[in-house]
Amino acid sequence: MQVSFKWLKEYVDIDITPQELADKLTAAGVTVERVESLDKGIENVVVGKVLEAEPHPNSDHLSLCKVTTDGENELQVVCGAPNVRKGQWIPFAQVGAKLPGGIKIKKSKIRGLESQGMICSAKELGINDEGLSQDQREGILVLDEDAPLGTNIVEYLNLDDYILELDLTPNRSDCLSIINIAREIGAILGKEVKLPTINFTEIEKTIEDVAKVEISAPEYCHRYVARMVEGVKIKPSPQWLQHKLRSAGIRSINNVVDITNLVMLEFGQPLHAFDYNLLAEGKIIVRLAKEGEKITTLDGNERNLTSEMLLITDPQKAVGIAGVMGGENTEITADSTTILIEAAYFEPTNIRKTATKLGLRSDASVRFEKGINMETVVSAANRAVQLMEQLAEGKVLKGMIDNYPTPKEKTFVTLEMKKVNDVLGTEISFSEIKEILIRLNFTITEETKETITVLVPPYRPDVTIAEDLIEEVARLYGYDNIPTTLPYGATNQGRRTPEQVFRDKIINILANRGLNEMINFSFINKNNLDKLLLSADDEKRDVVKVLNPLSEEQGIMRTTLVPGLLDSMNRNINRRNEDIAGFELGKVYEAKGFPENKGLPKETWMLGIALRGNIAKDWQHKGEIVDFYYLKGIVEDLFQQLNLDEPLFEACTDNPTYHPGRTANIILKGVKIGVMGEIHPQVAENYDLLPRNYVLELNVEQLFAMVKGTTSYQQLPKYPAVTRDLAVVVKDEVTAYQLMAEIKVQGGGLLKDIEIFDLYKGNQIQEGYKSIAFSLVFQAQDRTLTDAEINEIHGNIQKALADKFAASLRA
Amino acid sequence: MRTQLEEIRSKAKEELLKCQSLNELNDLRVYYLGKKGALTQVLRGMGQLSAEERPIIGQLANEIRDEINTILNQQGAKLKKAEQEEKLLGETIDVTLPGKSFAQGSKHPITLVLEEAKQIFIGLGFEIAEGPDIETDYYNFEALNLPKNHPARDMQDSFYITSEVLLRTHTSPVQVRTMEKMAPKTPVKIICPGKVYRRDDDATHSPMFHQIEGLVIDKGIKMSDLKGVLLAFAQQMFGPKQKVRLRPSFFPFTEPSAEVDISCVMCEGEGCRVCSQTGWLEILGSGMVHPNVLRYGGYNPEEVTGFAFGMGVERIAMLKYGINDLRLMYENDLRFLRQF
Repeated sequence: MQVSFKWLKEYVDIDITPQELADKLTAAGVTVERVESLDKGIENVVVGKVLEAEPHPNSDHLSLCKVTTDGENELQVVCGAPNVRKGQWIPFAQVGAKLPGGIKIKKSKIRGLESQGMICSAKELGINDEGLSQDQREGILVLDEDAPLGTNIVEYLNLDDYILELDLTPNRSDCLSIINIAREIGAILGKEVKLPTINFTEIEKTIEDVAKVEISAPEYCHRYVARMVEGVKIKPSPQWLQHKLRSAGIRSINNVVDITNLVMLEFGQPLHAFDYNLLAEGKIIVRLAKEGEKITTLDGNERNLTSEMLLITDPQKAVGIAGVMGGENTEITADSTTILIEAAYFEPTNIRKTATKLGLRSDASVRFEKGINMETVVSAANRAVQLMEQLAEGKVLKGMIDNYPTPKEKTFVTLEMKKVNDVLGTEISFSEIKEILIRLNFTITEETKETITVLVPPYRPDVTIAEDLIEEVARLYGYDNIPTTLPYGATNQGRRTPEQVFRDKIINILANRGLNEMINFSFINKNNLDKLLLSADDEKRDVVKVLNPLSEEQGIMRTTLVPGLLDSMNRNINRRNEDIAGFELGKVYEAKGFPENKGLPKETWMLGIALRGNIAKDWQHKGEIVDFYYLKGIVEDLFQQLNLDEPLFEACTDNPTYHPGRTANIILKGVKIGVMGEIHPQVAENYDLLPRNYVLELNVEQLFAMVKGTTSYQQLPKYPAVTRDLAVVVKDEVTAYQLMAEIKVQGGGLLKDIEIFDLYKGNQIQEGYKSIAFSLVFQAQDRTLTDAEINEIHGNIQKALADKFAASLRA
Repeated sequence: MRTQLEEIRSKAKEELLKCQSLNELNDLRVYYLGKKGALTQVLRGMGQLSAEERPIIGQLANEIRDEINTILNQQGAKLKKAEQEEKLLGETIDVTLPGKSFAQGSKHPITLVLEEAKQIFIGLGFEIAEGPDIETDYYNFEALNLPKNHPARDMQDSFYITSEVLLRTHTSPVQVRTMEKMAPKTPVKIICPGKVYRRDDDATHSPMFHQIEGLVIDKGIKMSDLKGVLLAFAQQMFGPKQKVRLRPSFFPFTEPSAEVDISCVMCEGEGCRVCSQTGWLEILGSGMVHPNVLRYGGYNPEEVTGFAFGMGVERIAMLKYGINDLRLMYENDLRFLRQF
């Protein structure tokens, strides 16, 4: 909502600056976004009249004009505007004038002829020209006939004004009316508000004899008032009216339409003017549309209607979409003489639905859908006929039609006075509370020592309960005056849950391990499921779809973190960040029977890691191209730091997203809790990645469930440890895990540690075989081990490996 | 013999002082004092001396031996130091070359802000509550005093999954779920961090973003308490000079409602481009919990009151770190992530 400062001053005596007013309104909850001065520094521009306009002898597009600024002088002016005509009143910049942007007007010669000033366009005066006709937008601004010559244009065009741009919250749509804004200002400043006086003369002819209104959908049209005016002359509106509309950003059309818009701005009551002669039988029927019914609205568009849209019709045709926009077929034209004015109350939700469905938000619908003031429906109609009498030579028919089937009930609210201070933490006296409410036009209807009951002013439908009144008091008392305290009384243990601590710990460990945390959107493109090569029955296809995504890119909720990580990898590769170590801790969403199960989809916290390139290099080291084992190391360390058992890594050859020979399922206590490995080259290609990308996905919730209790301390050994190396040659298929498991069995309690220190294939080792070397540490808690003891165990190990895996000792 | 000894003394002195290296010094030590050294050689002739002369010469010899030893030690120490210095000089490195770095990772700025905010509120006695991202219309809207067709639903255009299930548009449903679980016990003191979703995508809006909301319910909770808690938060998050300002506003779930500004973090309230010359930055919405919401949560609004607030984590992160483009938050560009 835009509002003119000068216009507001017509209703309330504002003795502070526009900026001060804006600050006070904002502090009271009617936010003023911007205060704009219309005066952009114009000097010495006055109302002039074009006495003569002849073609310039040396030009095919310039005119040579004579202009007077006092009725006596005659100034020669060269003008380039195509719309300049003899007899026009125009804004004239005299020699020495200043225009917005600091432009100075000097005496000059144009194509050999002297020009003593300039006739101005709206743009040159810094005026918004949106509301003007095309020829005026492209040419000079034409003023009203008989504008007083010599008048300063700033004064004449009301450029000594300010526009306040309001950003209204949905509850304060009462401020879509200038009168209501003035009331708000009156309450803030403690000043009286003067409303426009309404008076006009009625003729003998009575509206009831010529017009009828029938409401056949009373649940959607709570009141319909009609008044009529005849003999009107359609013409442009006077300057003051145009200015007022312009200040609110509304285009001037003609006097009758402008009047309906002006009254809407004043009262917040949208009006519609019908050309009575185009209404069949002079009868208005308010009814619901038929499915598929069509109407062409004032903006020239044909609209398809549905059966829940409210229509204004005559017995033959639809003439308007109620509360949204009128029909073209009964529009006011230059030939209109008899006008029927509609002032109605339409049910807000219905209007909102219709406007939304049609994608047609008008100044009227915006007001109706928030709920207008039922009690000013009649005043607004009267105000309109008054202005039509004044500005359009209209004759007002006697009486009105007021179809008001179920009058609205008044709202009373009772307030326990003590509650105000209890809720706000203030010490406002009861008399001040009452005084504030009275300033805001609440009428006290009942009063006890502890409570008051007030009648809510009809333009404030947002106030219905005591808490609303407390807010009214608080905002006028000033939120700034509310003290600052901290809650006291019983308190809580401020804390994170163990699972929250666990998740935070994962982030800490990985960030400290050199990985960068990433955050991707929870929704992904459905095509990711194919890009990951998932089979038709893969459980990751059990997706939750978004009904109304902004684009296919965000069409489904992710069931895996991998696509987001791969997309992030791709983005980084495109930006020449080719060495990547990223992770994301976030949720995935699976349907799991939703929506048939009437519950909600399943959400699970997951951890994803994505690695590629050379991520451990510095200036002295070439670093290491990351591989499966680099990622596995991260996982092992993570498990250790999270106080989890060592997981089992089981070769996985059938996960379609991953390399069949370089992938492992991660198994903890017999449960598969994740998968890690190299991304399948086809998947890498689908995501436009460089070769060799390693990814992990781990179920964080399952992980959390398996955390061990507090670590218990182990006695430091008192006796020395003995280290023995063992290198065996085995077939390629034999895994390190199998060998180690057997060594552990044989080593028993004395084998304290086992490490692989070499893996070798090639010269001296038969094709299809590998050499693998272990370093074994033996130690007893209670004695120093003898060589004989260790030799025996070592022998057992060798023998077992030979028996079970045909392992031979490497020479 | 005395002459011989004196000669040794003066020659040794001269040679030792001229000596340039520890090796040479050692050779000299052997030459003069060794078993076959010059001094011993001379003393071999002691037998031919008279009984009176013998002790005198002996004493002289000892004197000379001590003297040479002293010089040897001094000279030795001096040479050792010089040699070490020379050696160290040869070992000089360029200390301006970079260190050997262990790859450093980073936490996402959103995580950093969430961590900090959680820490602040935990210090104020808050617990951390969580809930699903995919919510029912009931928890996301209805129980928050936003019945169907409420015009305020326009403020939050939502992503729907079915007509009754949607992606939560704020973390407020967690407040309702917590109230249901706790009622009628007091106090309730929680913050709800998490992802939220709105159908908006432009330079200043992302379809997914993060929020932290807070809820306190107890007997005698006042709006002034809300002000105090938010002031504590602002001062710990942005610095001890912070002020907060409440402005009346509207949210369906609170009454009275307030928009909360903090002093501009760029200009400390002087007025600059970031705060459009106002000195204030709007960072959160808040208010006293609407009696209908209390009722939906299972509390009696005649007995308890409460306040609630909510803020965008991205906005805080952008202010705190001076990030000027929201989209950077979800592109995961390593050059961005590594800065945190």
